[in-house]
Parts: sequence; structure tokens; C-alpha cells
Amino acid sequence: MFTAGNYVVAKSLEEAYQLNQKKTAGILGGMLWMRTGKRRYSTLIDLSALGLDGIKETENELVIGAMVPLRELETNETLRTYYGDAFLEAVRHIVGTQFRHMATVGGSLFGRYGFSDVATIFLALDCTVELYHAGEVPIETFLAQKPDRDVLVAVHLKKTPCKVCYQSQRITETDFPVLTCAVSRQESGWVFAIGARPSIAKRIENTLPYAPTAEEIAAFVAHADETLSFDSNMRGSEEYRRHLTRVFVRRAIGQLMEETR
Amino acid sequence: MTITVTLNGKRITDDVAPDLLLYDWLRQKGCLSVKCGCETTNCGLCTVHVDGKPTLSCAMLAVRADKKTVTTLEGLQEEAIEFGGFMADEGAEQCGFCNPGFIMNVLAMKEEPDVYTWTDRQIKEYLEGNLCRCTGYAGHLRAIRRYLAARQEGMK
Amino acid sequence: MKVVGKAYRKKDAMQLVTGKPVYTDDLKPNGCLVVKLLRSPHAHALVKEIKKDIALKVPGIVCILGWEDVPRTRFTLAGQTYPELSPYDHAILDQRLRCVGDPVAIVAGETEEAVDRAMKLIKVTYEELEPVLDYTKALDHPVVVHPEDDYQVLVPSINCDQKRNLITTEHFEHGDVEAQFKECTHIVEHTYHVRAVSQAMMETFRAYCYHDLYGRLVCVSSTQVPFHVRRVLSNALKLKKSDIRVIKPRIGGGFGAKQSVVCEMFPAVVTHLTGRPAEIIYTREESMTNGSPRHEMSVTVKLGCGDDGILKAMSMYTLSNGGAYAEHSPTTVGLSGHKGLSLYGTPKAYRFDYDVVYSNTMGTGAYRGYGATQGEYAVECAISELAEQAGFDPITFRKMNMVREGQIMPAYYGELCQSNALDRCLDRVCELIGWDEKYPAKRMENGKIRAVGVALAMQGSSISQVDEAAVELRLNEDGNYHMLVGSADMGTGSDTTLAQVAAEALECELDDIAVFGVDTDASPYDSGSYASSTAYLTGRAAYETAMELRKKMIHAAAGCLGIDEADVLFDGKTFSDESGLHSMTLRELGVHSLGGFSGRMLSASVSRVSPVSPPPFMAGAVEIEVDPETGKVEILQYKAAVDCGTVLNPNIARGQTEGGLVQGIGMTLFEDVQFTDKGKLRNNSFMQYKIPTRLDCGDLEVVFESSYEPEGPYGAKSIGEVVINTPAPALTNAIYNATGLRFYDLPIKAEQIALGLLHRDER
Repeated sequence: MFTAGNYVVAKSLEEAYQLNQKKTAGILGGMLWMRTGKRRYSTLIDLSALGLDGIKETENELVIGAMVPLRELETNETLRTYYGDAFLEAVRHIVGTQFRHMATVGGSLFGRYGFSDVATIFLALDCTVELYHAGEVPIETFLAQKPDRDVLVAVHLKKTPCKVCYQSQRITETDFPVLTCAVSRQESGWVFAIGARPSIAKRIENTLPYAPTAEEIAAFVAHADETLSFDSNMRGSEEYRRHLTRVFVRRAIGQLMEETR
Repeated sequence: MTITVTLNGKRITDDVAPDLLLYDWLRQKGCLSVKCGCETTNCGLCTVHVDGKPTLSCAMLAVRADKKTVTTLEGLQEEAIEFGGFMADEGAEQCGFCNPGFIMNVLAMKEEPDVYTWTDRQIKEYLEGNLCRCTGYAGHLRAIRRYLAARQEGMK
Repeated sequence: MKVVGKAYRKKDAMQLVTGKPVYTDDLKPNGCLVVKLLRSPHAHALVKEIKKDIALKVPGIVCILGWEDVPRTRFTLAGQTYPELSPYDHAILDQRLRCVGDPVAIVAGETEEAVDRAMKLIKVTYEELEPVLDYTKALDHPVVVHPEDDYQVLVPSINCDQKRNLITTEHFEHGDVEAQFKECTHIVEHTYHVRAVSQAMMETFRAYCYHDLYGRLVCVSSTQVPFHVRRVLSNALKLKKSDIRVIKPRIGGGFGAKQSVVCEMFPAVVTHLTGRPAEIIYTREESMTNGSPRHEMSVTVKLGCGDDGILKAMSMYTLSNGGAYAEHSPTTVGLSGHKGLSLYGTPKAYRFDYDVVYSNTMGTGAYRGYGATQGEYAVECAISELAEQAGFDPITFRKMNMVREGQIMPAYYGELCQSNALDRCLDRVCELIGWDEKYPAKRMENGKIRAVGVALAMQGSSISQVDEAAVELRLNEDGNYHMLVGSADMGTGSDTTLAQVAAEALECELDDIAVFGVDTDASPYDSGSYASSTAYLTGRAAYETAMELRKKMIHAAAGCLGIDEADVLFDGKTFSDESGLHSMTLRELGVHSLGGFSGRMLSASVSRVSPVSPPPFMAGAVEIEVDPETGKVEILQYKAAVDCGTVLNPNIARGQTEGGLVQGIGMTLFEDVQFTDKGKLRNNSFMQYKIPTRLDCGDLEVVFESSYEPEGPYGAKSIGEVVINTPAPALTNAIYNATGLRFYDLPIKAEQIALGLLHRDER
């Protein structure tokens, strides 16, 4: 458990941002992973009072506030309308209902955790991350950056028609994933995001056309893991992760081709 | 820091450290039903309701409970006796140490709008964050099934 | 029977489900010092210096104790009966640190914050030593884990040789094993490996101590063995046993972990030295890294049979890792063979050899199954493999060879098997799982494979001629009873089942018996709740005590009524003669016994030692679905049929079985104990050590096929441990049936299945 000298409920994003410029300060999301750390924080910054806990629909976007709990991702009807069960599949294995009532979208993304299901699903979608200081940043750029002193405000999902498939492999049902795989198919093409490699989700360099032939699929699947790096850790070896990547990519393509037939 | 919390129906104002966990504060206030099993947010033993939502009190700061309603099993004794009776009839309480957190989550689950139509799988998924090492979970499910059936019967 | 066999609620159930403060930490007195341990970062080191002057200045710090500040005594933490087989190799604190996490200093303070601050300010200088981390190389290794001179072996027959890192070794042979193997046309031999899995009870180790009004040391502990806690504290602090009192409140699970006296000495020494109440609560991490897990074992099994499928010989060699300390090491290993080999009655020859060694890994202890789990896993996997080699299906092969009622069990100390329904258990699980239709496997349309697997298991019921249990029953003036027990109900419901036994004998209602336990000042001696002894041994003591009290009550009633004792009829409520002319109620007798009329309070206490250890038996059958591409194993259903003799309380027995099955499933598929190359446990939390959730264990069904055990209370045997033994072999066998891959190491993870299939297909 960490210790802290002060706790502030920020009254504005500007205040949160200013407080957070001190290296010893920390922004509270759901506090779940933070709790397992042993750091000393001078000031804890709470974003709860800034109205960031809702999912708003605009003409072109769904805007998911940084303080939206993961539980909302799995139960929200708007998300279900656009993405089917993909969000439910992505977060249902994360520890437990109570945990997901507390863990936030902002906290899950900002930490750039290697095991993150949340990072994996967003990476497969057409979206940007809104930061208070840096403004809107494409999700793939955001995930590749190191955590800095900025404040994550929201995720902007473009209402691009798409079909999404989410898969993960786990040792027990609520464990960290051995591998995560989110695949979306939209008119502009396919997006394949692979996470828990065990480092953070990355996209596969895509060479697959929107309507591939069986041969094209087979050729793509056979090399699906090759543009990404993988590693071994307690939960699985590099070899297994590469193997799973091929299996999941093939299954996802099959499922999404079926759904849009 | 000063907080005002409605704890089990009573408004309490208290001065707490910024890094005091809600779990520790609740035990200080005599809510000894709240247990800790893991320190890593994995076991569900410390589950309480914060504004009605099942919450891990070991991963929430007491300061964040300011102006909120917190309920522990001490505040839901009638409900505990009602559901607990089904647990007892199945021998599903065993060592009992995980019971309060588990029962708090069951009592949250029963408020889900369509809970009476849920499959066993849905019930298990809702409660997946509550670990138990004694029972193999089978008695829990039997108790929940009977409890839900009895409640539904009572609503007719 | 009226009370025995009924599914009563546990007597404490409603207190538990309503969250009442009944556990150790709920009961501590105000002003308890917080005690924590500074632990070794090294697997093997000497403490050269502990600089505590700065830490002592932290406001609220009361004491910081290093190895030079505590009594220098050596003892064992194993909660076992005399004679103590585990060598005296433990100290409260030692200069030599033998595993990562070994305690270096005890810090006590007024608040947790103060103690945490002080811990960071203690400066320790270590002399790092080379550790021996690989237990397969520990025997005769140049690094000696216990070179100390004050090391003590109490029972020479364990053949301990501390300078060789050898805790114990034995050779057992019945018949001529080599001659029998020569005649075998089919032989299977493999080594099976089980890791040091953790009991992972929800309440971690904890205890608090204080001085009572007589200045005696009181220890309130979450323990399975209150009387052994008293002995260990007496050994550690050189106190008389009469100066120590141990109280066991409700405990949050034990499963054997709390059969070792893991943490009690730390608050005890603080209270002893400061006079202040003191409490220690192990974190989950401490419970995982420095608790008392299962012994890691490599079990080599060799089985042989002829073309007729009849076993001729079985042999086993077990190498067990005691880790840094030998708690339960000389005893657990014996069960791997003496129980594992005894599942089969047909062999003409049996051989069992073992070595248990020290290494610089965490000390070990007792975990449900206690060595039998490891041995039976090996035997039951090898049996299925041999059956296939010899051309038999695994059910027929088992039926032809399994131990039967009335047989002498040569590898089981030559005991006669007086009660055994294993054949019925096996038939029943086959029927329940649909074995004939499902064996061995079926490929589903979606590419997944469904398969079944089976295994048999046995355990014992108490340790014969070693464990001792007593119960005391007292008649109250309003005609009900108090029952004092020394065995620890650890959620197992034994307070209730023991009362059921007594109520049956006294022909009263269950509610007419109040149960009290455990307090070593008041409870009669009981060696404790382990070795599957409570229902069987303490249960028999409860029965005999009740019968003794009946006799005394009838004698007293005869005196009151002025009739002959032999003419007294007692129906649980009234004493009368046949005519009914002379009669008195139990209540009247109660008043009489306490009213100064007779001067004879009516109470009885009988202690019991069992001449034998009757095995409970069971069969387990599992149906799984394997995804051959990801390797994921989903358990669809698990069927268990148990012969625990007479079932004292079906709800409690079923709960024991279901819980044991899921623990067995956990060690087979998930609980993957891993160490760094420096000997540090990597799975030190529930985040990294994955016990099954409610989504990981499939649908369980438990049935009972009862035999009648003449030595047990109303025919009962034990149930607590046997229930953990079938999942490992049943699942391993099912995975083979699904994939054709044989695994010899636990846990079997999806990765091994997926890559195993991938590489086989590539060949």
C-alpha cells in the first residue's frame, strides 16, 4: 500500500493538471493497481467531481470519460449497440464485479499496463485519447508513449461502422491474460490488436484486404505474429504467445467474415 | 481530513488520514464483519456497499467515502439472516471468513433488474470476484438458487 | 438413527453468516502491540549485525528483537503428538537464515505506521552464503542447511543425518519385488512431480498474546492444534505448560497450514519480554512465502502386471523437499507410499523407499492429503497407463485389482480393511458421468474434444496408536448437557457433528448439547484437528463419553429411585423401571446431582486412542472439454462417490468433499509454484497464485456409498482429506484421453497441452 500526505478533489481539470505537475503527485483512478504499489505520494488528485464518469453520444463520436468504471463498459447499451459483446468480452474477466465498479477507463489506459484488456480493445477501434494538455492523440500513439504528467480526460470513439471480436487466454477465469486479441473489421480494413505479449497491446501490420480470399487469410494467419515482439513471463512463453496469436487471429477473421456475410 | 459518511444508516463525521483505507476505517468503527484476505484486490472479502454498489473496501480511501452511504453486513442483519439461513441449510458457510464479503455481493446482485432469470453461469460471473477456499462454491450456488426462488415466491 | 446422519445446520452457522466478530483479530484487547517481522532477502545468509538504534527512536516503537535478544531454544513448529518425529531445527530467531523470508528481527510498536517506519530504518548486515535451492541435488551437497550443534532428533528411527541434509530415509519391502517384476509382461515406470502448493486459507496466520491475572501467558490463535501450540510455546520460551493457556476462536480455514505453529511464537516472545498484549497478522504475502505448504515431491512409481491384468508388484521411491525446516517432513512422506500403494490389493510384492531432504527453500508443512495426495496422483496415473498397455479399460483394470473389504493391506502397516465400499464408489461415478458412452473421448463439431478420466483415492482416519482425543460431557440441572472438546472446528463443522454423535448416544436433541472449545485450560486433551482424526477419533471419544455418562446417570437415578441399576430404563428424558411406578425426569436428576443431595456432579470424560487407522475411500470421475488449439481445459462436471463409513452429517460431508475437489482441481490446473533463481517465490499473492474461482471448477456432484467401520462412531470414518486426492490423477487421465498426451508434472497448463499437440502434429 502507498502512503500519501494530502488528498485533493480537483475542482477543474486545470487544477488537477497543475497539481499533477509535481512528480510526487498522483492521480487516483479506481486505485486498484495503485494500491499494490508502495510509493509515497505528496498529493493524491481525485477527478471524481469533474463529471468524467459518463458515456456521451455525439453525432460522430462516443465520448467515454476517464472516470467511467469498467463495469459501465460491459453494461452500457450504447456501446452494445455499436460494438456488440466486444466490450463485455474484454472486461468480464477482470478480477470481479466489485473491482470493475471501481476500476476506471482512464486508470486502465494511463498506466499502459502490459496485461490490459482495456488497452487491447480500444487499440482495435478507431479512437483517440483526449489529454488535458496534449489534446486528442491517436490511441496507438498514446499507448506507445511513457506515462507523463498530463491528465487523461476521455476516450473518443469514432462512430465508424465496424464489427469487433475480442478473445483472451487466461489460466483461471479472472487471472491476468496470457494473451489478448481484439480484431475489428471496418470498411477501411481490418485492425488486429494483440496485448499481454506480455507487454502492452500493439497492432499487427495489416496486409489483409477487406474481403480476403481463403488463401489470403491462410497466408496472413501463418505470419500473423511476425511483425510483433513477444516475450516469456510467469504466465506463458514467447512460443505459446505466438501460437495463440495465430489461433486467435484466424478465429477472429472467421467469426467476423461470418457475421458480415 | 474531515469526512461525513452515512455508515449503516448513521451519519458519522470523522477526521481521517488521506491514505487511510476504507477497510481500516470500517474496522476502527466496529464493523468487524469486514475482512481482509489478500491485500491485492483479488479475494472480495472486504466487499461493502458504497452508494449501493459492491465495493472493495481495501482498495478505496476513506476520504473518498465522504458524503457517501456505506453499508456493511452489520447494517443488513435482516437480509443476512434471510440469505444466511439458506447458506446454513446447505452447509455452505464453512469457515465463514469469506461469508460477509460474499453475502454483501449477493445482496448487491439481488438488486440487478433481471436477476431472477439469470443462468447459473450469470450468477457465477457476477460473484467471480469472491474467492472461497472451503466450499468449492457448489453450496453457494444451491443457497442462492433457493434464496432467489423463495424471494420470487414471496413476491407473488 | 435419530440425530446421526441428519443434515443439521452447523451450530455456529448463523453467527458466521451474519458476520459476527468471532475470529482472532476481532477479539483482540485494546492496546495490543502491532508485531511485524523483518525478513531475509537471501536464501542463505548469516546475520552479522542488526543496527536498530535509529529505528528504536521512531515514536511508538516498543521493542526490536534480533536473534541475540530472544531465548535460544530449538524446537519444531510441527503440531504433532509425542513422540515428535520432526527434528528440533527451528529457533524463534536464528543467526543463520535458511530461506528467503526467514525472520531476521521482530518489531513491536503501538501502531502499524510506527512499525512500518521502523522496519525501513533497521540496517542489517548479512554475510551471504551459497544456497542449495535444487532439492534433487541437496543430499550430500557441500552446503549444509542445518550445521548447528543444538539440532536435536527426538526419534532416532527417522534416520536423520543433518550433515547430509537428510531429514529422514526409509526402506520398506513386502514380498520379493524384483522377482515379481521379472514375471510381469507389462511394466510402467515414471516419475511424477508435485509442487509446494499452498493451502491459501482465507484467514492468514495470526495470533495475539497477553498476560492473564495470574501473569500466565495466554495465546489466542487461529490454529488447528491448540495443545501443540501450548507445547511449542513452552519449548520456545522455556515456560511450564501450566503457565500457558491457548484459546482457539473461530478460524478462517486451515487445511493443514495451521497444523504448524507458524506465527504464535512472535507475539508470545513480545508479551513474554514486555508484558504487553501483542498481535501478529501475517500478510497474504507472508502466508504464501513463509507458511507451511505442501511438500514438493518427485514420486517414482513402477507397476507391473501379467497379460491377465493382475498386478504382481508395485514399487515407489519418493524424494521429498522439506525446505529450510523439517516440520512434518518425516511423516508426510510415509503417506505417499503407504497409502498410495495400498489402493491395490492384488500385488504379491510392494516396495517403498524414500528420502526427505533439506534445501534453502521455504519450510513446508501439512496440507490436506499430507503426502497421500502426491503418492496417489502418481499411482493412479500409472495405473491408467498400465491398464492401457495391458489392453484393459481403466475401470475394469481397477476393479480387478483394487483393495477389497476383508483384505490385509501389507503396505498399510498390515492392517485389515474392515470397511470398504470402493467398488460401489467406482460403479457409481461411472454411472453418474456416463462413462460407457463417453470413454475415452469425443471430438465436437466446433473442434473441441470432450473426454473423461477417473481415479481412486484413500486416506486414513487418525494416526493409529498416536493420536489421542478426549471429550467431556456434563449434565446441567435443567437436563441438558455441556460438551467440552479439545479438537478444533476450523469451519469443518466438527463442533456440530461431535454433538450429533453424543446426542444420538444420549437420546436427546442436538440443541440439548452446548459445545465448548477450544481452550487448553478447560478442554480435555486432544491432539488436534489433523490426520483426518476428528470425526473418527474424537467422534468415538464423544460416543464413549456419552455412554459413560449414561451409565453414571442410570446409576445415580437407580439410587434416587431405590431400584436396581439393571432395571432402569432411560429414553433420553425419563428414568423409570418397566412398570413405570418408579420414574424421574432427566431434569430432576440434573437438579439432584447439583443440589447437594448426592454430592455427585454428573460428568464423564473418556479419552480414545485408535488401534487402527481405517481408510475412507472414494472414486472421482471428471468430464472435460479441451480446446486443442489453445490448450484450455474446461471442467464440465466432476462426480465423486465417497465411502466415509456412516455419514454423520450429509451437508457437512458434502461440503468437505466439494471443497476438497476444488482444491485438488486448483493444484492440477492452476497453482503454479515458481521460484526465481535466487530462491524467491514468485507466486506470493492471490494476484500471482491463482486458486480456482467459481468459474473454474465445473459442476460438482457428490454422493455417498457407505460402508460400516466398526471402530468408528456409529460406523463413521474420516472425510476431510481423502476428498482432495482424486482430481490430479482423474484430470491427468482425462487430458490424456482427450489429447493422447501424458503429463507427469503439475500443474498441467493450457500452454503445455497446446504446444504438446502442435509439436506432435509437426512430427
